Amino acid sequence: MKQIKLVALALSFVAILIANTSAQDPFGLEKPQPLPTGMTGSNPGDPRANLSPGLYDAGETSMGIKHLMLLRKPEAFELGSDPNSPQVAKAMTAMGIPNDPRIPAEVKLGAGAMALANSDLAFSGNHLFMGNFYGINIYDISDPAKAKLVTSMICPGGQGDVTVYKNLMFMSVEMPNGRIDCGTQAFPVPALEEMQSRKGPPAAEKDRFRGIRVFDISDIKNPKQVAAVQTCRGSHTHTLVLDPKDNANVYLYNSGASFVRPDAELAGCSNAPADKDPRTSLFSIDIIKVPLAAPQDAKIVASPRLFADGGKINALTDAGSHTKEGRVEASNHCHDITVYPELGLAAGACSGNGILLDIKDPANPKRIDSVNDPNFAYWHSASFSNDGKKVIFTDEWGGGGGPRCRDTDPNKWGANAVFNLEGNKLKFGNYYKLPAAQSAAENCVAHNGSLIPVPGRDLKVQAWYQGGISIMDFTDPANPIEVGYFDRGPIDAKKLVMGGSWSAYWYNGRIYSSEIARGLDIFELTPTKWMTQNEIDAAKTVEKTLLNVQTQEMTRWPRKLVVAKAYIDQLERSQALSVGQAADLRKAISKAEASKDAKGLAKHADSVDKSSARAKNSVDSARMKALADVLKQPVM
Amino acid sequence: MHELSMKHPQTRPLLIGLVSVASLIFFFTPSVLAQSGSDAPIIVQPGAPGHPTRKLSADTRAVLPAKSAKDVEFMKGMIMHHAQAVEMTALIEERTKSKDIRLLSARISQSQSDEMTFMTRWLTARGETSAMNPSAADSSHSHGSHHSAVAEMRMPGMLSSKQMTDLKAARDAEFDTLFLSGMIQHHRGALAMVKDLFDTAGAGQDAEIFSFATDVDTGQIAEIKIMQTILNERP
Repeated sequence: MKQIKLVALALSFVAILIANTSAQDPFGLEKPQPLPTGMTGSNPGDPRANLSPGLYDAGETSMGIKHLMLLRKPEAFELGSDPNSPQVAKAMTAMGIPNDPRIPAEVKLGAGAMALANSDLAFSGNHLFMGNFYGINIYDISDPAKAKLVTSMICPGGQGDVTVYKNLMFMSVEMPNGRIDCGTQAFPVPALEEMQSRKGPPAAEKDRFRGIRVFDISDIKNPKQVAAVQTCRGSHTHTLVLDPKDNANVYLYNSGASFVRPDAELAGCSNAPADKDPRTSLFSIDIIKVPLAAPQDAKIVASPRLFADGGKINALTDAGSHTKEGRVEASNHCHDITVYPELGLAAGACSGNGILLDIKDPANPKRIDSVNDPNFAYWHSASFSNDGKKVIFTDEWGGGGGPRCRDTDPNKWGANAVFNLEGNKLKFGNYYKLPAAQSAAENCVAHNGSLIPVPGRDLKVQAWYQGGISIMDFTDPANPIEVGYFDRGPIDAKKLVMGGSWSAYWYNGRIYSSEIARGLDIFELTPTKWMTQNEIDAAKTVEKTLLNVQTQEMTRWPRKLVVAKAYIDQLERSQALSVGQAADLRKAISKAEASKDAKGLAKHADSVDKSSARAKNSVDSARMKALADVLKQPVM
Repeated sequence: MHELSMKHPQTRPLLIGLVSVASLIFFFTPSVLAQSGSDAPIIVQPGAPGHPTRKLSADTRAVLPAKSAKDVEFMKGMIMHHAQAVEMTALIEERTKSKDIRLLSARISQSQSDEMTFMTRWLTARGETSAMNPSAADSSHSHGSHHSAVAEMRMPGMLSSKQMTDLKAARDAEFDTLFLSGMIQHHRGALAMVKDLFDTAGAGQDAEIFSFATDVDTGQIAEIKIMQTILNERP
């Protein structure tokens, strides 16, 4: 009886396998599941929903964003463009990919797509640093219209999250192919027989590197590795933390999200559950202190238990709701932490929870709040509004490789959640998801973005993988809306080929996007009914010399008249100013600009200042105060 | 140049040749410089800390790690493993009214069937089939018959045939309990498979396998916690 059942059971698996795989094109697309009851999906009628496919010739559409250029991924970060060339054939053979004509050429090349994917971005002065699973590419963007590659640095080992500070560049290494010497050969793969005998060689390797590398980039064309700080779970992402009271050191908060390496490879590492081993490498982050004068001495100075309550290491839960905190078990790592040193705060997206940290002492962060969300699968990233009164968390449902923006995917899953921050307590506002439905051939979910410094508004430009780039206005946290976008069709219409925007960040007047498969995209904003030229120009008044997006710095706008004009446009849009009032103010500003004399603006400043008390809401009231402030004493 | 040729008319043909060469050099020099001069991007590979950075040639192309038999075995086993989760979630519709479980089950079904598509694609691209090699699976259910190779296909955490039969026969509260405890057991098996992968020399160095196995680990840990919460909150 048992025997028959077992066979039946096994046969039913085989049947499912056949139904799911063999009978179909193995490279075919995932079949969508029906929307769960009560959920709604994205809009299949959006112009972005049905763009034509192509790697370099896909259909494109945009609103409020103009594509300036694509700099293709350098060839040193490709196996080769022609799958039939001897060079590519050699690489394929080494990877164990057979010379089988039934396997489409692009699938063969695609086998290396992730290992060569572009990832996160950082900026310093005129240079852009683009991480890649295979190393880092450094671009000169002094003239964004003529951006060019300067240095390709080969050093594989995982997604290559990158930050920069002064003459130092930091890089996350997570994968087991990472070598201390940046070698591309990885580690030996035992033969099948050896492996099946279960007596194969140990997994531990002394030359393996998983952790954070430190490079001296004083010579941008010759980065030198000066330190390599090993960590138990490697480094998935890291965050540069500045201590306002200490100019001699910087800190790195390291988020290791992967498996714990054996003690035999790195002494002290433990994969044991929290209740079995108080020294477990799970349930913490690593804090690395980097002396700027002696970066070679960088080392771990703390591994705080961010998920602990009292003596319990694993006190936070992965499941819960906005109203109750079901403290069952455990978030065991953070995926990404965004720090705001000026406010002494950090927001951590920590697998099963969003957490808020007090980081006034950067080497000793303390958790001060935590939240759950019933619709979140994986807490991926966090960012503050410029005033620090809102926090956006993102949910990377499906891990980034899945198509999660179809019209059958709930728009509360794989979305952003906007929280209000009141008295160090996070309170849920609403969700925001890419409003346009995407095809099953496009990996799509919420991913990395940065603020756009338009004064008077909270705007975030954000990457959604092959869903493209979307600009979210979250000035009203209960009602976040889209005010701009750019999208391409899928790389391939019939197969999901990994691609799309990994990170889309504003830096000194342009939007830079790291396109996983294609290269570096550069964009600028164009006016729409949602955004005026004055607002764009006001954003461009903000000039930075350094941008690591997970290290937030407060933007303060110069008292330029274009900033005043941006506020007037916003107040007119929200009807806090009548058309006539707005026209009067603009006329007065034009006059001041023409005469280079701002005296006539003072009385307008007084009047706007007085009206601010009568504004219908706090947002308009703050805009009026800020407008009055510029008009009182503008920088001409 | 013209003046020169006027002074030495006898050398004119030679000079024309030289002029041509000179103009060729003049015209081609900028592009040559762009390839190899100070303006061209350079390719470097750092050494270990304290060691110099090497400059690589402009025709350098990527080299990726070799295929690991363990990676292949892991993918085949995980397809088998996931198929049971999909089969379990297919039972939900007629057997429970719990909103929490139905929602969770929809998510599990979605992610596990998506992952099966991904794994099949990964295997096919590497010239492998998705069929399991029986010797690599759990052999505790071998009965020596000619069916045993099929019957052996049990990966860690997979429910026994009796568990599946009981689950199919159960309704409502009893089903909910069996489903949740069964799926927790099932998911824990996946975690064990991921651990086994990374405990093997040379395995998990492929970027897709690495990301996938890590996602399975974090995703299923999270789902286990959610299921435990629902289970603990039940009357």
